[in-house]
Order: sequence, then C-alpha cells, then structure tokens
Amino acid sequence: MIQLPCPWCGPRNVAEFRYSGEVTPRPDPATATPEQWRDYLYIRRNPSGWVDETWYHGTGCRRFIRVSRHTVSNEARPAVRTGTTAPVDVTSTDSGAPDAGGAR
Amino acid sequence: MTDQSVRAHPTATSSHRLQAQPGEVIDRTRSLRFTWNGRTFPAHPGDSIVSALAAGGERIFSRSFKYHRPRGILSADYHDPGTILQVDDEPNVRAAHRPVTDGIAVSSQNTWPSLRYDVKAANQLVGRFLAPGFYYKTFIKPERLWPAYEKVLARFAHAGRISPDTPHGYYDKRYAHPDVLVAGGGPAGMSAALAAARAGAGVLLVEEEHQLGGHLRRGGPDELAVLAELRAAVAAEPGIEVLTNSVALARYDDNWVPVVQRGLPGIPERLVKARVGTLVVAPGLIERPYVFAGNDVPGVMLSTAVRRLINLYAVRPGERAVVLTANAEGDAAAQDLRRAGVDVAAVVDARRGEDVVRVHGRSGVRAVELADGRKIEADLLVTATGWTAPTSLLNQSGARPVYLPRAARFTPGDGLPDEVMVAGGIAGDGDLDRLRTHAEAVGAEAARRAVVRRHAKLTAVPTRAGEAPAAPDGQPVAIPELGFDAHPELFRGRTHGMVDFSEDVSSKDIHSAVREGYDSVELLKRYTTVTMGPAQGKLETVNAVAVLAEATGSTIAETGTTVWRPMYTPPTLGALAGRIFEPVRHSPMQPAHDRLGAAPLVAGQWIRPDHYGDPAAEVRAVREAVGIIDVTPIGKLDLRGPDIPELLNLLYVNKWSKLEIGRVRYGVMCAEDGVVFDDGVTGRLADDHYLMSTTSSGAGAVWEWVENWLQTEHSPESATPWKVHVTPVTTAYASINVAGPRSRELMGRLVSGVDLSDEAFGYMNVRTGRVAGVDDCVLWRIGFTGELSYEVHVPAGYGLHVWEALLEHGRDLGVRPFGVEAQRILRLEKGHFIVGQDTDGLTKAYGAGLDPLVKLDKPDFVGKPELAWQHEHGAPSRLVGLQLVDGAVVPPEASQIVAARSDSGAYIGSGSAIRGRVTSSRMSPTLNRSVCLAQLDADLAEPGTTVTVRLPDGRHLPARVTEHHAHVDPAGERLRADAGVQVGPARDCGTPAARTALAPTGELPATVDGSGSLRITDAGPLAKVLVRAPHDGAIAAAIGVRFGRAARDADGALVVGSGPGEWLVLGGADGRDELVARLERLTDQPGEFASVVDLTHGRALLRLHGAATAAALAKVCAIDLSDDVTPNGAALRTSVAKVVTDVVRDDADGVPGYLLHCERSSGRYLFDALLDAGAEFGMDLDAHPMTTS
Repeated sequence: MIQLPCPWCGPRNVAEFRYSGEVTPRPDPATATPEQWRDYLYIRRNPSGWVDETWYHGTGCRRFIRVSRHTVSNEARPAVRTGTTAPVDVTSTDSGAPDAGGAR
Repeated sequence: MTDQSVRAHPTATSSHRLQAQPGEVIDRTRSLRFTWNGRTFPAHPGDSIVSALAAGGERIFSRSFKYHRPRGILSADYHDPGTILQVDDEPNVRAAHRPVTDGIAVSSQNTWPSLRYDVKAANQLVGRFLAPGFYYKTFIKPERLWPAYEKVLARFAHAGRISPDTPHGYYDKRYAHPDVLVAGGGPAGMSAALAAARAGAGVLLVEEEHQLGGHLRRGGPDELAVLAELRAAVAAEPGIEVLTNSVALARYDDNWVPVVQRGLPGIPERLVKARVGTLVVAPGLIERPYVFAGNDVPGVMLSTAVRRLINLYAVRPGERAVVLTANAEGDAAAQDLRRAGVDVAAVVDARRGEDVVRVHGRSGVRAVELADGRKIEADLLVTATGWTAPTSLLNQSGARPVYLPRAARFTPGDGLPDEVMVAGGIAGDGDLDRLRTHAEAVGAEAARRAVVRRHAKLTAVPTRAGEAPAAPDGQPVAIPELGFDAHPELFRGRTHGMVDFSEDVSSKDIHSAVREGYDSVELLKRYTTVTMGPAQGKLETVNAVAVLAEATGSTIAETGTTVWRPMYTPPTLGALAGRIFEPVRHSPMQPAHDRLGAAPLVAGQWIRPDHYGDPAAEVRAVREAVGIIDVTPIGKLDLRGPDIPELLNLLYVNKWSKLEIGRVRYGVMCAEDGVVFDDGVTGRLADDHYLMSTTSSGAGAVWEWVENWLQTEHSPESATPWKVHVTPVTTAYASINVAGPRSRELMGRLVSGVDLSDEAFGYMNVRTGRVAGVDDCVLWRIGFTGELSYEVHVPAGYGLHVWEALLEHGRDLGVRPFGVEAQRILRLEKGHFIVGQDTDGLTKAYGAGLDPLVKLDKPDFVGKPELAWQHEHGAPSRLVGLQLVDGAVVPPEASQIVAARSDSGAYIGSGSAIRGRVTSSRMSPTLNRSVCLAQLDADLAEPGTTVTVRLPDGRHLPARVTEHHAHVDPAGERLRADAGVQVGPARDCGTPAARTALAPTGELPATVDGSGSLRITDAGPLAKVLVRAPHDGAIAAAIGVRFGRAARDADGALVVGSGPGEWLVLGGADGRDELVARLERLTDQPGEFASVVDLTHGRALLRLHGAATAAALAKVCAIDLSDDVTPNGAALRTSVAKVVTDVVRDDADGVPGYLLHCERSSGRYLFDALLDAGAEFGMDLDAHPMTTS
C-alpha cells in the first residue's frame, strides 16, 4: 500500500484517502458550452507521468489536498493544501500546522 | 485422498535415529506420539513431522501430481515438494517444516487407495498421454462433457481434504513500523540486524526456520560456535525483535512488507503488515536439484537435506550412499554421512567432470549408474550441484536478475531503490567472516538510511512534541564488494529427469513444449505449469530456464528468468483475511428493538428494525392511529455561518434564499452531471444556524460533498470565500418519526414549550423544545409516510427514554412501532421516490419527475449546465406511478417493462424491446392492491398508457401508468388529518437518564479479565464540544493548542487539536453548559468566523490505559505509535478497526494511555474490537466515568 504525503498529517496509508481525481478547473457555468462542460465532467489527461490530483483525507484531517503523483512509479510529492495554489511552507511551525516537507 | 487402508501396525521405532549430535534441535528428554496413515510413531519435541517419520524409517511420503510416482525427501525444509501432508483436518501442511505435536494424525495426500498401492500410478505407464498441454488438448470437446471431466479431474487434484466442520481460527493481524526489516536470520541477517540496531535503528528480524542461524545450524563445531555467539548477541540487543517461523512474503510500494508469523499459541497464522524504513534482503541460497533419470526416486536428496537430517534431527538418511558433489556443501555432506555411520560408497566429483547418469529403483534408490559405467548399489544419492538465489523480494523492488555463468547462478542485478539492500549469500560469495563484515556494513548503512527517513517523517507529522529534531548527520557507510566464486554449470546431466517436482514437469516435457513453439520462458511456464506448483520456482526455476536454453540452443542469459511475484511462500487464506473488521452502527434505541423482537435489516453499516413481525399491520397502524419508527440513520448536518443560503443554493436544484426561521424546505441535490445524488429537508433554526437532513445512505457522501465545495471553490483563500461550518450530527441525535392521524395527540402528551396546533406549527416547519422531559430536541413537521407526522431529534443519550415514553403514553391511542419495511410501503403508497432505488446512476433531475423543483433561473447550481441541456432536449425516461391491472400480483422489483399498447390495442414500438423497469413494488395494505413506481421511456410515460410488465416467470401482464406518483391521497389531505383535536397538556414522563454509546442500557458487559495490563474506561458522559475557527488566527492563538496536539487548559478541560482549525474540548460531565458558554466567549473575536457545536451526545469516548496499550492498538491501527512519532499529548485521526477514530495519547503517572473517540453509533463496535484486540494482554473494564484531570 502506497503512502500519500498529507500536508497536514504527514505520510499516511492511501487507504485513508479518497481519490477525487485529476485537478480539473470548473468552467463558468454561465458561459460554458455543452462541449466544454462535458470535457470538465469526463475528459482527463491521464498521463503516463506526473499528474496533479485532489484527494480527500477522510480518515484523517478531513481536508481536500493536492498531491503530485507519478502514475508509473506511484511516487507522490509533498502536496499543496487546497484553496491555495502555493506549495505548503515547509519551514513554518508556528501556525498550528505541521511541516509538510520530506513526506517521502 | 487419504490413506486409511493400512491398519493395526505395531508402533514404529526410531530405528534411524543417531546418537546425540552437537547441533540437534530435538529434546530427547521428552517423547511425543503421533500417527502416520494410522500407524503410531514416536518423536521428540523439536522434530518435524518428516524428521520423526524418517527416524522411524519412512522413505515415501506422497505420490506425485501427474504420474503418481512415489516421492520422498528432497530438501527437508519448508519447500520440500514431496512431503506436503494432511495433519488432522488441515490439508497441505509442509511436513518437513511443521513440528510434531503430541497426538496429531498425519496422513498422505493424493493417494488412493493407499500410499504404497496407488492405482493412479498407472499414469506412469500412460505417461506419453500426459504430455504438456494434455488437459488443454484432451478435455476441450465436447463441451457438454465438461461437468463429467471436472468430476474425474477433481479426484486427481493434488490437495488434501478440507473439513467443513473445522472451526474458524483466530487469524491475527498487526501493524509494525520497523526502521529496518531483515528478511533472513542466517549469519548475514543476524550480523546486519545487530549492526543496524547498534546504529540506533529499531529492527525486525524475520526468519523462516524455527530458530535463527541459517546454514550455521547444520554446520560443524566452528559454525556452531559462531552461531551461539550471534544468537546471544541478538538476544541481548533490545533494538531487535525476532520473528522466527515467519516469512517476509512480499515487498510492495513504499516498503510495505507483509510478514506471516506462524505457530503462535492459539493463532494459526498472524499477518504483520510492516511499513519498513530499509528492507535488508538476506535469505541465503537455496540448493538446486540435478536433472537426470530417476532424480525424483525416494532416496535422491539434496546435500543440504542430508545435512539437516543428520545435524538438526540426528536422523540417518540411508545406509549406503553415493555423493555427487560440485561444491563445499557436497563435500561436507559426505563427511557428515561418514560421521553418521553411513557407508559412502562413492564420491562423484563434478568438478573433475564426473557425473551420475541414472538411478535404478522405483519406490527407492537401489543403485546409481555413473558416467564412467560403474553401477553402484546404494539406497541414497546425495546431489550438490549448485544454488538458486531467491531474488523474489528484490525483483518486487525493481531489480532484474542477471545470470552469471561463472558462478552458475542468477545474481540480484541492478535497479534496487535506496530503501532496499542485500546481504549474505544472495549478494555474493565469501567466507563467513567476509560475509559477516559485508552484512554489518549493510546493516549500518540500512540504519543510517532509515534514520534519515524517520527524521523526514518526524518533520512531517504534527503529533511530535515541540520542534522537529535536528537532521541526522551520519555519513554513508562504505559497503565492501563481494565476489562470486566459480562453480560448474550443472543443470541437466546426460539423461532426462524431473525439473519441477511439484508439477511433474520433466526436462523431456520442456523439450517437447519448445518443439510445439512455446519457446519463451513465460510461455513455457504457463503451458507446462513448470515453477507454478507449491514450491513456486524456488527449487526448479533455474533448471527450467537451463533446459529451455538447451532446447532452444541459446544461453541462459539470453533466455532470462520468470518474474518472482508475491507471495514468496503461500500463506493461508485465513492469514490474508485476518480478523475481519466489519463496522456496524446501532441507534440508541437498539435495546428496545431487541426487546420488541425486531427483525434486523442491514442497511449499509446500520442495523435497523426491518419490521416487528407484521409490516402490513404496522402500515395500518400508521394510516389509522399512530406509529413510531427509529430513523436515527437519517443524515443530519449542522450548518453554521452567514453564507448558508449561498451554499444551499449551490447544492440544491431549488431556491433557498428566503427560508424563514422555523421553516423547512425539501431539496434535491444533483451531481455536476445532473444525476440525482441525494434529497432531504433542511430547516432554519436560527439566523445563521440550519439543520440539513440527508438520506441514510448518503449522509457521509453529502458531508464530503459540502466540505469539497467549502474547501475548494469557496475556501477562505478563494475569490468567493464562504463562511459556513458543517458538522455531522447524525448520531448526536436519536431520530424518531411519529406518524399517523393521532400523532399530534400523542406528541401533545410529551412535548412542552411548543404549540403543536396546525396554525402555530404547520406542515414544513421546525421547532425546538422539550420532549418527555428532554431539552434541546428538534421537531420537524414533515411526512415521508403521507400522514400527519413529526420527526423528533432527541439528544442521543436520551433516545431510549423518549422511545419508551412514546410507546407508554400512546398505548391507548394504538401506537405501534414500525420498521423500515412498513415505511417503504407507506412512502410507495404516497409515491415518494428513494434516491438509488427509483433512480439510478443515469437518472437526472427531470428523469426523476422533479421538473417543478429545478430552478434554471438561478445563476448557478451544481449540475445546472447539464440539466439545462436536458431541459432543452428532454429526458429519455421518466419516473411514473404504475399499477398492474391485476392488483393481486406484485411484480418483483427490476421486472422489465417490454412494450406498450395504445388504447386501440396496437403495440407501440417493438414488442420485445425493453422500455423500462419496475423500480419499487409492494402490496398496499391501504388499497389492497399492488402499487409500483417505474422508470419508463418518455414516450410511454403519459398517464393512462398501458404497458406490459414481464415477470421473471415469463408471464406478461398489463399495467397502467397512473395520474400521480401517489397511489394514496394524491391531494395531500391526510397531512392535516386532525386539525381540530385538543392537544396537551404535557405529562410527567419521569427524569430522563442519559446513556452512553458503550452502555446503551446503562451497563457495561462484565469484566473480562483481572490481570490489568490493559484497562478500558467508558468516558462517554464527558462533555464534548467542537470548536471551529481559522487555524492560524487570533482564536487559534487564544486556544493555544495546535493541530496534532492536546493539552489541558486552566479549567482542567482537555483541548484536542483534532483537525486544522478544529478543536474538540472535553470537560467534566456536569459542566457542559458552562463549557459551551466559555468557548463561545473565547471564540468571540472580531473579524474571525468561528462556531461552537455541542457534540456531547454525538460521540463515543473511551479510554485505554496500561502498559500494553500500544501493542493492543497495533492490532487495529496502522499508525506508528512509537514515542517519538506519537508522544504523550499527540492527537490524530485515523482508522481504528475500520472506524474513523480520534486517537489522543494521554498518559497518566507515566503509564501510556489513549483516549479513543468516534461517532456514537460506531462506539459499541469499536469497544468490542478493542476488547478483542486487547484480549491477549488481559483486560479490565471500568464503567466509572473518568474525570478530565
């Protein structure tokens, strides 16, 4: 069983997470054509290599997190917390949040 | 097949037992007895079944798979293919490994009528018909004979006898987190483990045999001296945990290594799931058989087998021996034989080009024919012709084995990741000192890498105390190179013989398969099944590759080898299944349901009352008087914050902007593809406080769905941040639906503080008040059943009290409890659909008949573009009410609707095409006819259309689409059934008593044990209050406890940093209101959005305390509970026995303790799982509520 680097909880077994899929931006429903909307619903890059994914740590911090995972080696890189686009600050310890670096 | 034909033998004697050997493992001071095919044999503790039988002179142990040739000892260890036996009711026991225990009955497998006279041995005479692919070719046609073929073939199957009466064993499971796991406990493994432990690593040393030592155990005085020294050092090293009779089965991603541990008292097998820092693979080498005519005749043994028999078990393996040797092991075997008094008639030295041609004899070796023409009478031929490197774990780590002709064996090859290392004979050759020096360097380096990895983990976890420790600064350890000694390449001699002893595949078979075109190793393997038997290639892979290379005229390096897949050795299915964790959830009213004789219904994890004996009578009680149903599983989400209307407008397809306080609205949620996902009612309790209900099965998914939107699109960091906190309170409340024309009367007797009149508390309203003396109850006036009804949410600890009060005070009104079945009938009569029952994964809102609800004029809601599209193009199918013309027939759910006739009698469309299906059907006790809901193609969905329902028995019956979904009371008049009845006043229902999740009737089970190394305390009565606020703001600073940690505040409350921006505060059982008030003051900070939710009734809380807590938790929890990762004061959420559980390390007086905390409904299950996990350590129960400080 692989581990995922949760930016809040540290490395945890993947069974604690639910896969929410490749990060796919939601088009503006007011302007999206049906084709664009269905691309958002069904079409994924599915690369052989690195891919940004959203996972839900339901059996842990209950946060939606982003993970960069290599689909061939299953290597997973320290993630960003959702809601932000910046990588987690691995040096900060005073925020009440854990360090996220070196999860692998 | 077992051997029952041999009876009334005299007891065997240990005629082949030698005098005491220096390294023997048997205890001669004690004797055991067991039976072998009905005959009694003596043994000593320490004997394997096979060694005891060999000491008694037995030479034949089984018949081979295809040809039923007699088979004896080959390798005398776990992998010995010919000594797989039945022991009592356990089949397929590796008898050369399994110790004898007193009184067991051992029998041979795959023999009929007996081991000695096996009629299937006639297969030997028809051997040419059993060529590779025989089964494929012979039993392919005609197909109708397959059942007959199967029966005959099953009798030939090579397996033991399974007894259906065998009780299920306790197959244990635990998690481990060693820095270094050493697979193999020989001299190299022990040296590596010692070096790693001395470098500061926690080491798990895993050895397949019953003792550490590897090849040293079968050695002479020098080896035994080293062995004693190493064993003493390992025993004295506290950093090493030794698992003997255990195997590292595989290596998966991220160094996840399953280890099967056998032979524990009362536990057949235990699976240890290890997350390993550095894996050191040190399995040693496996001796390879030699291929020649007669190489499988009993009496042909490997040199290692002979040395094991003599040195470990003091068994003389024969009387007169020929030894074929190509290496030192063979030379040593010859010496051992002489020492044991065996007449060594000839030593055939392969290094000088000498060779064995064939063995004469059928049920035992009679003579050995040599290449120089000599024919030597002997009963034992010992071969020492080379080694196989068991590279299994290395291949699974990414290495590809490379063949080295000079050493005549495969070597590990390149490609190992940093966290996997190699030591011992598999890594290379050398004398003992050299191998130990190499292994010590590997162990030290393994420890260094593991410490770096551990530091990274410590840095990443929030549970550590204080700052992250300094990075380790150890320098890489130089690992000396091992060479490979020259060894002659010996695989097949001048004759053909057996390659795979398990599967009866000979070198001739491989040649013939190659002639048929199966000339690559992976094809050959599958066609001939070579390497696919119980030995899984450990003995036969290299010979198979070598014979294939010979047959194809290529080299072994060109031919390559097959991939070694998990498992390294086969574990039992019991070990893989382990203790099964299947969480169940109970409502607080379960004791009442039990008493009332409810038939249980398993709905997801919930155990619910299906009915109380007569669902139809329950339906009539609801229609005519009043009924009560336990609807606790209905999902309930507490919503707080100013932006709730925005959230509801997004998630539901209908509008939510103008919901007044005290009002309730029904809503439907769709996914982004427009498919109906959940439905329920949401009510507004106060300005910024709503309560959302969901379907029972959708509760978890809706919660996650809400969080998803709040944490991503509308997170605090987003362009459109929403201030909403959502807290699941499903099991914080016990929920009871009181339904029927007399429900208002009944409620009036219990409710105070709420005016129940229709004018004051109309349909689709919500109030809070006191019910049966219980405060803080939420009352909804809604109706799934179509009757006047009230849904009452009671703080869960009081659920049983309110349930009993309803039954007691409604007796004269005819109150009756009703179950899920009656509710399903009632709602079907009323035409209410159930998501997932009457809709499926393709049903969008319009297809479910929700047209009036969908508000496409809202600027946005989840799934809107897809629904707009469907609105424009029309839904392909519709949900309709349906009644069979013959009302006495209830069509089974999922019956097909195949065609329709217009009123003129003509079919619409093709007569056989499937046009729809019955989604719900029941006999209606109210209408005395069957009623249905159905999904129908849109063109047939018009009311009045006649369609044809095809029943599973083939009948085609006409049915008519009804005007409404509702079959009963489509106008909805029953909802106001008794508007004029006099209501109240409330009666005295006694002082309510709160119950905890662990003790729903007020009492814990009796104390389990008195030894006290573990103690469980029900801490359920404590006040539990959830605080939500920004994780990095002023409130967080004022609380002063960060995520991942727990600490007591100045008032003695335990503040747990249970999530990012989430704290659970545990206070004294009597101080709940003060605690809530105090936390509301604390979180009242300008500019910060915070909420405080009382969860006292919503959680099960227990305390596990004692020296063995971490060991007991390791059986149910995958988290590393070591003192640095999870020190005192650590707080984390994870899975415990498959239940999402908050774990807080809370030591007392230096003794480890943990608070465990989960959804109330799972509490009793978690409690039982912990009692089970703790049983082996001895456990006390303590029902007294704990105090917080």
